[in-house]
Amino acid sequence: MGQLAAFIALSIITLAAAIVVVTSGNIVRSALSLIPTFLGVTGLYILLQAEFVAGIQVLIYAGAITVLILFVIMLTEGGTGLRVRQTTGQFPLGMLAAAVLAVALIAVFVGTPWPKTSGELPQYTAAPIGNLFLTSMVLIFEATSLVLLVSLIGAIIIARRER
Amino acid sequence: MQVGLTHFLVVSSLLFCLGLYAMLSRRNAVAILMGIELMLNAANINLIAFNKYVAPAALNGQVFALVVITLAACEAGVGLALVMATYRNLETIHVDEINVMKW
Repeated sequence: MGQLAAFIALSIITLAAAIVVVTSGNIVRSALSLIPTFLGVTGLYILLQAEFVAGIQVLIYAGAITVLILFVIMLTEGGTGLRVRQTTGQFPLGMLAAAVLAVALIAVFVGTPWPKTSGELPQYTAAPIGNLFLTSMVLIFEATSLVLLVSLIGAIIIARRER
Repeated sequence: MQVGLTHFLVVSSLLFCLGLYAMLSRRNAVAILMGIELMLNAANINLIAFNKYVAPAALNGQVFALVVITLAACEAGVGLALVMATYRNLETIHVDEINVMKW
């Protein structure tokens, strides 16, 4: 019962903040609304007993990515106070596509009989995740680190001022 | 009533469609990147919910969610660098005004 109440509250926080993100005319307000969205998703992770992923979510999404987005908004035009048009001409089509996809996805998700297996997650997931990353998932781990390095170099080269 | 897998799937599909709407209709390139972040978050909710309710012994869903978070950070870095480069060259980041391929 308490779990259901927590789920409903977290979902409302997440979705309401996400609606502000996608509809606000002020781009800074949308970027700041990303923070409650990500924190609501963090709460959903904790509800799903993924406390390590929740911590990483707070650090990377709510901390780093939001600040990076705010920096780029401040460095480019269209920052605070400017009331410029924020949607392209195709926004009715976009709204239609998103609504159709939402209805279809929800119908499929509600209608499918998902397999339920019994079993318990480990009580603390951080240590098993670390073991997995260094044993059977080590290839993914190394590939991800390579992608991080490449994207770091690529971002520097792309954003660097010529001459 | 217990919170089940379907509840999380419905929330994540709504979040995904909000991100899709932002991607299709926003004019500012940074707002499009925000929509992509919302969609990646929805995918992560799905991975972790399936991990808990369908395969709780394996933890593979949480590992994949961590990889997705890392790649989202890479994507944000490179995407925002591209936005900066576009702004420097074309002096706009509105995607409906970026219509030259060479000049």
